[in-house]
Amino acid sequence: MKEQLHELKEQVMLKIKESNTVKDLNDVRVAYLGKKGPITDLLKGMGKLPAEERPKMGALVNEIRESVTEILEERKETLEQQAIQEQLENESIDVTLPGRPVELGNHHPLTRVVEEIEDFFISMGYEIAEGPEVEKDYYNFEALNLPKGHPARDMQDSFYITEDILLRTHTSPVQARTMEAKDGASIKIICPGKVYRRDSDDATHSHQFTQIEGLVVGENIRMSDLKGTLDLLAKKLFGAEREIRLRPSFFPFTEPSVEMDISCFKCGGTGCNVCKKTGWIEILGAGMVHPNVLEMAGYNPEEVTGFAFGMGPERIAMLKYGVEDIRHFYTNDIRFISQFHRSEA
Amino acid sequence: MLVSTNWLSNYVDWNELSVEELAEKITRAGIEVDGIIDRSFGMDNIVIGYVNNCVKHPEADKLHICQVDVGGEISQIICGAPNIAEGQHVIVARPGAILPGGMKIKKAKLRGEESNGMICSLQELGIEGKLVPKAYAEGIYVLPNDVRAGDSALTHLGLYDRILEFDLTPNRSDALSMLGVAYEVGAILSKDIKLPEISYSASAEKAQDVLKLSVEATEDNPMYVAKVVKNVKVAESPQWLQNTLMSAGIRPHNNVVDITNYVLMEYGQPLHAFDYDRLETKEIVVRHAREGEKMVTLDQVERTLNDQQLVITNGIEPVALAGVMGGANSEVHEGTTMVVIESAYFAPSSVRQTSKEVGLRSDASTRFEKGVDPNRVAEAAERAAQLMAELAGGEVLDGSVTFDELDKTPQKIILSPDYVNNRLGMKIAMDEMKTIMDRLQIPTDLINGQLVMDIPTRRQDLKIKEDMIEEIARLYGYDEIPKTLPIVESTPGGLTPYQAKRRIVRRYLEAAGLSQALTYSLASPKDAQAFALETAPVTKLLMPMSEERSILRQSIIPHLLDATTYNVARRNESIALYETGSVFLGIEEDGLPKEVEHVAAVLTGKWVHHAWQGESKKVDFFVMKGIVEGLFEQLGLLDRLQFTKATVDQMHPGRTATVWLDDQSVGIIGQVHPTVQKQRDLQETYVMEMNLQAIMQTAIEELLYEAVPRYPSISRDIALVVDRDTTAANLEKIIKQAGGKLLKKVQLFDLYEGKNVEGGTKSVAFSLTYFDPERTLTDEDVVKAHSKVLDALTVQANAQLRS
Repeated sequence: MKEQLHELKEQVMLKIKESNTVKDLNDVRVAYLGKKGPITDLLKGMGKLPAEERPKMGALVNEIRESVTEILEERKETLEQQAIQEQLENESIDVTLPGRPVELGNHHPLTRVVEEIEDFFISMGYEIAEGPEVEKDYYNFEALNLPKGHPARDMQDSFYITEDILLRTHTSPVQARTMEAKDGASIKIICPGKVYRRDSDDATHSHQFTQIEGLVVGENIRMSDLKGTLDLLAKKLFGAEREIRLRPSFFPFTEPSVEMDISCFKCGGTGCNVCKKTGWIEILGAGMVHPNVLEMAGYNPEEVTGFAFGMGPERIAMLKYGVEDIRHFYTNDIRFISQFHRSEA
Repeated sequence: MLVSTNWLSNYVDWNELSVEELAEKITRAGIEVDGIIDRSFGMDNIVIGYVNNCVKHPEADKLHICQVDVGGEISQIICGAPNIAEGQHVIVARPGAILPGGMKIKKAKLRGEESNGMICSLQELGIEGKLVPKAYAEGIYVLPNDVRAGDSALTHLGLYDRILEFDLTPNRSDALSMLGVAYEVGAILSKDIKLPEISYSASAEKAQDVLKLSVEATEDNPMYVAKVVKNVKVAESPQWLQNTLMSAGIRPHNNVVDITNYVLMEYGQPLHAFDYDRLETKEIVVRHAREGEKMVTLDQVERTLNDQQLVITNGIEPVALAGVMGGANSEVHEGTTMVVIESAYFAPSSVRQTSKEVGLRSDASTRFEKGVDPNRVAEAAERAAQLMAELAGGEVLDGSVTFDELDKTPQKIILSPDYVNNRLGMKIAMDEMKTIMDRLQIPTDLINGQLVMDIPTRRQDLKIKEDMIEEIARLYGYDEIPKTLPIVESTPGGLTPYQAKRRIVRRYLEAAGLSQALTYSLASPKDAQAFALETAPVTKLLMPMSEERSILRQSIIPHLLDATTYNVARRNESIALYETGSVFLGIEEDGLPKEVEHVAAVLTGKWVHHAWQGESKKVDFFVMKGIVEGLFEQLGLLDRLQFTKATVDQMHPGRTATVWLDDQSVGIIGQVHPTVQKQRDLQETYVMEMNLQAIMQTAIEELLYEAVPRYPSISRDIALVVDRDTTAANLEKIIKQAGGKLLKKVQLFDLYEGKNVEGGTKSVAFSLTYFDPERTLTDEDVVKAHSKVLDALTVQANAQLRS
């Protein structure tokens, strides 16, 4: 019986070695160690042995059974690892293949500029004011110190609907409306929006374009406040190292009026093609609110002052991103719009 | 305004600066210098030559061989100009010279004959053709005989001059004259200015004895001065005068006309010269034209006048259109010997209207339109008389014939230094303010701590205190203004809820894969109302520039489709765009159209596209619908959203829906009609447009936390066969009503029409989720609820259960 046992062990060992899959191995385990297997048979046959041999044989059978089990487990682990290895090899991919695209849209470059400006002023406690794109002549012109007959309000330059109604030519009527509605209270607003002028569309003109204006009205608002505000704006839009300069100019609704230049962001002021060799780039118009405008809106210009400024997001986007033709903003060529996707900093 | 820096030197000494520095200072003080033109264009080797001999080229009809004395040396030059002749002094570009057009002059052989340079026209020296005196417009320029061969032609022509190009703002009409510019430069540089000295000896004869004046239209013509000059010899002007006029952009004609133009540029006061004899009546009458009255102006055009237009007449017929253009009948000509110089103040509005009506804008009319200086009207006439005596050999008759009701008193402005400093945020001392006024030559007294200023009439732009603040600030220097921030009663600032929601909508649509488009509000009649959500009267422009942009849009979709066609034509075949913006509907009570903010979107081409994994799906109705549903979810309105089948013009009748928010129709969604797609060169294209304003203004429930479920939910699937026409929404409604409060979620997960189901029917499968937040549901609970659902479906939708 001892020989039988040893022979059996040899046999099992061989079978285990020959097993190349976990399944084969399992078959071997069932075949030899299972309820119907030879070892069980042997154990069952123990009864026939003389009593004194039984413990010895029992121990031997158990020993063989244990060692077979151990070897089976070892082999199983090896085979499992092999299987995983194989699976991993089979599952290997070319990581350089293109990923599944996440289709994101993006906002229009002008919205990008407008929101950047809005957010900057919101952080300084401004509100955003909006108004109608079709306006009364009164708010578009008269309330802004452009009385009837003023040369600046030629029919040829504006899209009139009737004699008294037109497509607004600037966002300033929103200022006039806000002042009127505030009824003497102080104001800090930004007015973005579409405006219209009777221009033929070409590389630098568009019959529809956007504007963003700001207005602050209150007691003791000074030109230095305007300058400080514009300085921060210039640095926010075009970089912390920008300098500004103010030049006297003329607008009917402000007095004094200024134009603001920033030091060229391309060359830093030494002169290049962007700044036309001057080192400065004209960015916006501004000024102290004209007393007539304050008065018409119900403020006493002796007691209340204000400043206003206005700029064109198209111009700013053209300068910032090097866009050469204003029509790109309205053609909606996806190859243009999709370039304004990524972050800037 | 073109400002010759040479000419400017006559009135103010700026020469310690370079022209660039001068331009920079003028710009910083408020008049933008747009450019600096070097009239010499860096030319060299341009000399005066004397044509000793001139013969026809033997080999060429149009060429002449000239022997030209170029200063102690005879040069043979071939010339092709028709007006070349022996004995002329001409301009010679010698070999090595480079002309403004880039032409390099070299020794050459022309048809076998040597040519050592070129005889030049003024155009070839960079002078615009329209400024070249008519006599030399078609050929070379011929100099007078008082010049010397070999001298620099550029010096003789005054071309060593640099011109400042002013971009004047409309208020600074004072700088439309050399004297005005001189005052400005004098103020900037703190320099005195030299005004022209006017002196001449008048004849004993009196002007008022030979000319009668009556002004009938005194409102439009409050001041009229006429001077008379006799024995005038009309001729070419001296070279310096011609040069000066050309530098200012004016073409020389003859000495009389040139003098009026010179004074116009010098004083900013337009003048006119009449031929006294051609007036015939020895009389000037200023009146409004008679309706339909005709006159021929200097440009030989016959004009029909109206009774608003001011004319100068000889008492019988018009001889000039006041302030705009002279008449042909009274024009100064070669034989003129006696001249009437007119200097007047015409009302700005009158001249503006007339010049607009007849379509003529001239140096004169632009100045009258802005209002000339009342105190220079008489002086300018004297200046012209003096020059006619000096340059045209005239004899000035004593005195002038004058009508004058014009107010010439200076305006007073009183200003306190605090008022100025409080508005500038500065601390400028009163003395410094006074110094600035002195520099501007504005007479100023300091009375009781205030500046009392008499504003000279030449500065008509200075009317109120704020104008004076600007004068002080700009000359003190805007760089000196400190940078501060406004202190205003504090408001929180920020976006309104509406504005914040608009940004959410945009961000959502972009995250969903759509890019923001921006199209025009003005549309063609064809597109203005297409796809509109509601019908309303259109808003039309009075004077559109084109039919294409003549009406305000009532829908965004047509222009988005245009953008899509544009892209597709450029092989951008998968397009996903959205736009938010106003549409314009009807007229409100205040007369303005009702502006409503809409959102619209367009989808065409592929939606999912991942080529190498073989995934590619075209857009369809449900892609767009999913986008709309997501949008409503973002806005907290998803459970109030519904779609019903709809018929919309230009849309696919089987694939279009109305979008409902509660019981309000807020938009449309669907496929563009195949015929319209074809017209627009588009493949299958889906659009939606919604009244964003209505959606965003809808009040939503407060956002409150709902307990995260502690008990498990149970799902049951049902498969039904129903009529093909039964809508998913209807089935869902039945299920929800029957399911009771335990039914939390209903989801359609399968739809089948075809082989294995009977004709006219379809198979639909739903997954129902039951849940009770208070306890674990038992099987019994679910069976009870679920069987109610099944019963309801059988009864209400005639549904058959599929096993």
